[in-house]
Amino acid sequence: MAVRIAFVVTSWWNGAGVIAYLLLWRFMPLAEPELTPGLESATRRGLRTEGRAPTREIVQGLAVAAAGLGVLIFLQASGHGVSGPILVPVLVGLVGVAVIWRQFDDASLSRWMRQTSGLAFAARIAVGVVLVGFAVVYVVTQDRGWGAVVDLAAAVGAALIGVGLILGPWLYKLLRDLDTERRERVRSQERADVAAHLHDSVLQTLALLQKNPGDAAQVATLARRQERELRSWLYGTDNTIGDRFAASIRAAAVDVESTHQVPIEAVVVGDAPMDPDVAALVRAAREAMVNAAKHAGVDRVDVYAETDGRTADVFVRDRGVGFDPELIAEDRMGVRGSIVGRVERHGGVARIRSAPGEGTEVALTVPLRDAPLRQDERVPEETES
Amino acid sequence: MSTDLRVAIVDDHAMFRTGVRSEIASAVDVVAEAEDVDGAVRVIEDLAPDVVLLDVHMPGGGGLEVIRRVYPRYGDTKFLALSVSDAAEDVIGIIRAGARGYVTKNISGSELIDAITRVAAGDAVFSPRLAGFVLDAFAGTIEVAQVDEDLDRLTEREREVMRLIARGYAYKEVAKELFISIKTVETHVSSVLRKLQLSSRHELTRWASDRRLI
Repeated sequence: MAVRIAFVVTSWWNGAGVIAYLLLWRFMPLAEPELTPGLESATRRGLRTEGRAPTREIVQGLAVAAAGLGVLIFLQASGHGVSGPILVPVLVGLVGVAVIWRQFDDASLSRWMRQTSGLAFAARIAVGVVLVGFAVVYVVTQDRGWGAVVDLAAAVGAALIGVGLILGPWLYKLLRDLDTERRERVRSQERADVAAHLHDSVLQTLALLQKNPGDAAQVATLARRQERELRSWLYGTDNTIGDRFAASIRAAAVDVESTHQVPIEAVVVGDAPMDPDVAALVRAAREAMVNAAKHAGVDRVDVYAETDGRTADVFVRDRGVGFDPELIAEDRMGVRGSIVGRVERHGGVARIRSAPGEGTEVALTVPLRDAPLRQDERVPEETES
Repeated sequence: MSTDLRVAIVDDHAMFRTGVRSEIASAVDVVAEAEDVDGAVRVIEDLAPDVVLLDVHMPGGGGLEVIRRVYPRYGDTKFLALSVSDAAEDVIGIIRAGARGYVTKNISGSELIDAITRVAAGDAVFSPRLAGFVLDAFAGTIEVAQVDEDLDRLTEREREVMRLIARGYAYKEVAKELFISIKTVETHVSSVLRKLQLSSRHELTRWASDRRLI
């Protein structure tokens, strides 16, 4: 905020603030969003292609240039502008500074920019320095001619050599130490993170695998759970923590999968906050998954959950043995109580489609409380038995 | 059922390539393997395989870079993305670049062969996960004024098809459920693929990065 006020204040001075603000906005490096460790490392090693938006970049640049030009023309026309002889070198100098600063610009040009050595980099620095130098020389030679340049250059050169001789070695060492230390710290932190994570997850799983080499189902489940866990750590897509709808469904799927050793593919679209209705829906869905895993006799269960802001729906589907829904005994608590009844008590609908040999699909829907029309009809909270 | 489909496997893990090769060798002709972007481009240029199984993350810029470099010139080569990463952003990216489908690496051998055959025939292959990504990407309400093309949204039918695929239905089962022919299901899926590739919908490009913030 203080920065903005400063810019507003300085903009009184021949509009310099406006121009500086625009330039800084365009050329200051942007804060890059942090990626998950896996994606970041993949990016670093060049395993993925980063999105580029060159057109947008160019258009944006042109727009800023046009705005800048407009402000400039306005100032000149209104008579408050800088006088001609100074204006030209100032502009040239600004371009030079811009070229150098551009080196440290945002991610869209990062691939090019990452070359901090090589021809392109050197050329850019050189062009920038030459432009800035040209501007300085121009200003200095305005009143005193070329002699002033020689005087100034000699004075500056002598001073620089002196300072360099005195402080040079010390500065060099300081910079190198700083750099080494920083790199070392980052590297050791990363190493510690990875080691800790591998120990917590992968090593434990490998140990378990060695203990149960004969049990194929157990091995497969362990491998799968480890894969999912590692993937979510690396790429952060299947986050299983949190108290929202999507996360709870995924957590339920993982849980049932590891208890009953049947792979469960959960696809979730959209998300909603948890409330007692949604919680009941998740519990009913979990029960449906357990049923599919236990009774269907399949090697895969598909779970699809979605919410569109008005209702939350979950579909649990298997291609297993199936059954005749008409023949469920009244006392079968699993389906009647834990799935259908539970959802209906919360104002939802449960449909079970199944036939012997055809597989089973359980479709569950509950209305969301925040949805516009349902505000007044609160359903009493369910008491878990 | 050995067909004459010529397939190339592009993945940077040798163990995985070997595994896939042994799983599909009975049904298709694996003509080449490659382990990075340059190798893949060379293989495609030299052999022009019918289908390329493409890993999403690879040295040299990943599968996306491979498609970018050869896609305009080799229109007959179909790409099927095969990945373990599941970062929605990368998956949508590779589909938008020109891949005709996306399956996860834990797919079974017979399903993979089926997917390869379907991609070779010009159809699109949507796994439940990809269908979920698509529904997510096209979710949300857009005001009618902002919709400049049909490309920017799915029709109700397409949405239904995507939803059923996300629920784990095979194309055949989708057809039965909606009382339409398999051919029609394939048409719907291909049209969704086209929209995904051609839509300039602002939300679609924003979506991937936003999604990571959830």
